[in-house]
Amino acid sequence: MSLITTPNLRDPDAAYAALLATHKGLSEAEAHALNARLVLILMNHLGDGPEFAEALKLAREAAAA
Amino acid sequence: MPYDYRPFPYVAPPGLTAPEPRHKVVIVGAGPIGLALAIDLAQYGVASVVLDDNNVVSVGSRAICWSKRSLEILDRLGVGQRCVEKGVIWKVGRTLHREDEVWTFDLQPDPGHKMPAFVNLQQYYVEEYLVARALELSPLIDLRWKNKVMAVEVGGHAALTVETPDGTYRLEAEHVVACEGARSAVRGMLGLDFDGELFEERFLIADIEMTGDFPSERRFWFEPPFHAGQSALLHKQPDNIYRIDLQLGWDADPETEKTPERVIPRIEKAVGHKDFRLDWVSVYTFQCRRLAKFVHGPVMFCGDSAHVVSPFGARGGNGGLQDVDALGWRLAVVAKGADAGILQAYDRERQHGADENLLNSSRTTRFMSPAPGAERLFRDAVLALAGKAAFARPLVNSGRLSRPCVYPLAGPDDPALPVGARPGAVAPDAPLDNGWLIDRLGREVVVLAIGQLAPKVAGVKTVDLPVTPELQARYLGGAAQAVYLIRPDQIVAARWVTASPGAVNKAADDIWRGA
Repeated sequence: MSLITTPNLRDPDAAYAALLATHKGLSEAEAHALNARLVLILMNHLGDGPEFAEALKLAREAAAA
Repeated sequence: MPYDYRPFPYVAPPGLTAPEPRHKVVIVGAGPIGLALAIDLAQYGVASVVLDDNNVVSVGSRAICWSKRSLEILDRLGVGQRCVEKGVIWKVGRTLHREDEVWTFDLQPDPGHKMPAFVNLQQYYVEEYLVARALELSPLIDLRWKNKVMAVEVGGHAALTVETPDGTYRLEAEHVVACEGARSAVRGMLGLDFDGELFEERFLIADIEMTGDFPSERRFWFEPPFHAGQSALLHKQPDNIYRIDLQLGWDADPETEKTPERVIPRIEKAVGHKDFRLDWVSVYTFQCRRLAKFVHGPVMFCGDSAHVVSPFGARGGNGGLQDVDALGWRLAVVAKGADAGILQAYDRERQHGADENLLNSSRTTRFMSPAPGAERLFRDAVLALAGKAAFARPLVNSGRLSRPCVYPLAGPDDPALPVGARPGAVAPDAPLDNGWLIDRLGREVVVLAIGQLAPKVAGVKTVDLPVTPELQARYLGGAAQAVYLIRPDQIVAARWVTASPGAVNKAADDIWRGA
């Protein structure tokens, strides 16, 4: 299995809104800290197989565009 | 009670009055690594001269956590039982974040090993026992206190200029092993330097004497209530001595921080009272660095003179003893006339071991002392989650404790046999009717046959054992029988479910070729 990079959300707008709502009222530093915790939680859920390496690569490369 | 530091006697060496014959082996440094190597060589019948610029054991506890593998090595050298009897046996490590426990490990829950997972014992005791053992092996070991190496000339052999209280003399040796620690003078004289990372962090390290009921555990705190924003480690040692390590930050001035006026209030906060006596204090900086090569013609490096790591995995002293383990038997045969090419196998294997230690201690250091920015962000995220979600606890890194590495050996292997005893690994210990397996292995090449008779190979000792539950689990797995070829350093060289004498003979030859 490889990393899913095609749309995989049942309700993309609602999922995105939930992500924003979780950050509501947080300072920038608090939001960064929350995101770091979220990444760790999702990393564990995803596992450290090849999909994880692909996700890291995509995240890094997307910034260069 | 404070340790009684008794100076060892200086005796004027013969080289001051007349040239000495060229020695086979000169060891520089009578710390735990140099002494262990001299004893190992002497047990193989090889003489050495050991030079030390001082005349006393290590001041302060320094290396305190001795791993199971180190205890097995020390046992083979004749001091393992003394270390276990005197030491504090511990196997539980607790890691706390502020006031909450976030991660606990229990080492070696598996019974049936002669040696415990770890003992805590001050380096000065280990050195004292090794010196006593070395003196028993006199004259094979010629211990020379207050003999300081001033210069090294390297050619086909090595020539040392040595300074004593009575003047300087020249000492020639076929092999010189530098075991004088992180600040190795020989390394500097050869113009060699370390490669790797220096971390911008300082730790205060102190031994205090106090009576109390603190359990025999390792305790590590991230951001402890008594030391805001930093980290701390507490370890119990014999004689009511406790070791405390306190993170200071990079800005700290080592000389100021070492003064009792600064140290005592910090420790009062850490232990919660004033009823203790300060025994020793020092400040250190993290380094994770090594020499590119450990063998330089007739000069070899062993222990901290070859590689230095940050201390939280107990990988300094233990890594050094594993160097000795990999070098002793090989240097012994070279001193007796074998081709020096086998020493390249020491270099190769211990570079591998050092890299594993460096990797682990760099990762620990990065967790303990994260750089500002993303490193700090993720470190704090792990600690915040660890109290709430089990998955985050294995990410908490307060030190991954020393375990022997598995050498990448290409000897014959059968994947049906258990992975823990694969070629390159230390042969696992197991209880036998009349003692321990580990005592039947080592010092020479051994063919260990379980559930069958060993193939007979000239010049190779055989040990035939019936199947026991521990041998089944550690050596056979699903197989009914197996043959293991074990090196003098108790490392598995090759293994088969059934083996022909020819196959065993070839694998034994490979051991001596440095394959």
